Amino acid sequence: MASISTTPMTSRTTAARWQVGFQLRRQLIGFAYTLPGLLFIVLLFVTPLVLVARMSLSNWGLLTGDVALNFPKNFVSIWKNQLFWPAVIFTVEYTILVTVLLLGFGLGLALLVQAQSRWTAVLRTVFLVPVSLGLAAASLLAYGFFSPEIGPIGPSLEALGMAHGAIQFLGTPLNALLSTTFLVVWKYAGFYMLILLVGLQGISDDLFEAAALDGATAWQTFRRITLPMLRPSLSLATILCVTGSLLAFDQFFILTKGAPHNSTVTVVQVIYREAFQRQNLGTAAALSLIVLAVLVLLNALQVHFLRGADRD
Amino acid sequence: MAAPHTNTFGRTSYHVLTGGLAIIFLFPLAWSVLASVSPQGSTAQRIGYGFGNYVSLYNFGPGLPTIAFNTVVLSLLTVAITFVLSTLGGYAFARFRFWGRDALFLLTLSILMVPYASLLIPLYVMLNAFGLTNSVLGVALVVAMFQLPFATYMMRISFEAIPRDLEESALIDGCGTFAVLWRIMLPAVRPGLVTVGLFAFLAAWNEFFAPLLMLTDPTKQTLPVAVANLRQQTMGAIDYGATEAGVVVMALPCVILFLLLQRYYVRGFMSGAVKG
Repeated sequence: MASISTTPMTSRTTAARWQVGFQLRRQLIGFAYTLPGLLFIVLLFVTPLVLVARMSLSNWGLLTGDVALNFPKNFVSIWKNQLFWPAVIFTVEYTILVTVLLLGFGLGLALLVQAQSRWTAVLRTVFLVPVSLGLAAASLLAYGFFSPEIGPIGPSLEALGMAHGAIQFLGTPLNALLSTTFLVVWKYAGFYMLILLVGLQGISDDLFEAAALDGATAWQTFRRITLPMLRPSLSLATILCVTGSLLAFDQFFILTKGAPHNSTVTVVQVIYREAFQRQNLGTAAALSLIVLAVLVLLNALQVHFLRGADRD
Repeated sequence: MAAPHTNTFGRTSYHVLTGGLAIIFLFPLAWSVLASVSPQGSTAQRIGYGFGNYVSLYNFGPGLPTIAFNTVVLSLLTVAITFVLSTLGGYAFARFRFWGRDALFLLTLSILMVPYASLLIPLYVMLNAFGLTNSVLGVALVVAMFQLPFATYMMRISFEAIPRDLEESALIDGCGTFAVLWRIMLPAVRPGLVTVGLFAFLAAWNEFFAPLLMLTDPTKQTLPVAVANLRQQTMGAIDYGATEAGVVVMALPCVILFLLLQRYYVRGFMSGAVKG
């Protein structure tokens, strides 16, 4: 724009009219470029949002479609669903465990590779390779890795005399949770390392130099400078990790199918079962709507907290 | 942080620790490759090392060529849709001021707030109504939709990083805005495009939930669901060998693409995160 307004103009009015016409044209062109995306979002994002709310009010079978309005039956039936509350508790437990481990581990890795050298470049690549794998591929890999039939850990421990007989990595509720957590931490640690690495590199070196001059110990520097300065990156990492973990599906669907004894059923698995095994899309939609509301609320809270923290 | 390698002892323990971690990270990958060619009871590879498990994989269901073809088509379609929408949208958001611009950008980003799983049930009903279940295009639309917030944001900041003089001289020379986008802007945002394309490709290639719901016809399936189904084959016995062969086939293109494009991927990611 600036270059246009500096061009000499003979008459003020023609200049102004030209400017207005130009602005309007730019407005229209700009809007036109967003039209395909807007259409896409209306069709595939806004419409399903409206539809999921509508479906939750109806007796809506997988094969029958909309039978009749039945509000609030779908929501009441969730309360009575025997899988629901255990699934909520399990999903929350899993989310806390994974978030604490992934953030801690991601930060540790970021600190280990933050210096610039050939070796740290290799390390970054190594830690990022599992991130490029799909979650389904990683889960299928782990399915063999944790199996008593071909898994490598059991035999190694046995050879060292540390275990006797096959270890049931997925056989007990606790083992299944821990094994799945191990898989998820292995697969995603590099991703959180990358986010926190970006944050670390955004901290001015002057701060560290000043701390060193003041004779701060490594721990003091970490507590007083690194952690507070990393807050935005840590908040972003927390939002991504909490959201992702609350929606866990692939890893449990592939690794445990909810076994043993429905102890590893997540909330999204309950949605899947309602929809495609019990063929009740109405209750599945009601569940989806609850999950949506909880996550939007949680994200809003976290963003609010993040903003508030920034102002301090 | 104080450098962990200021003295010999520190340097040695740093290298031992990081070396050990590197081995732990690579071990499962190396193991899966080894397991896919190792002899094992109740698999096709019973005696000696060889590619028997890959033969089982090749012959599973409609055959690996069909499933691989579906997966490639799904991924390319997703990349194409994501490219078109995010480039046009990103260009508009970066370079034009128009009524509703900020609201529209926020709407695009708000897709991130809504859980994927919550929308799959209504999306399934809608695609079913349009005859787009058991169609790779239907799944591509869904996967591309969820790529949109990241891709549009990425393209917007990529376009914003280009100096304005470049396009203004072209505009004054009488180029249309689309010609400017096509000839001048696109070549300048290549790192952003590569990042967006790589993310879209990996997302589609690895997508599990949407194909599980929407591609129920075995001849339409893509690799992740097909390999997950392949496990229960012969009389309830689990074919771990063929499963790990499937993992290798699924993971190999991802790892190769990632290693080839790592420079773009990390740079694109970093520029995005720093600005955000």
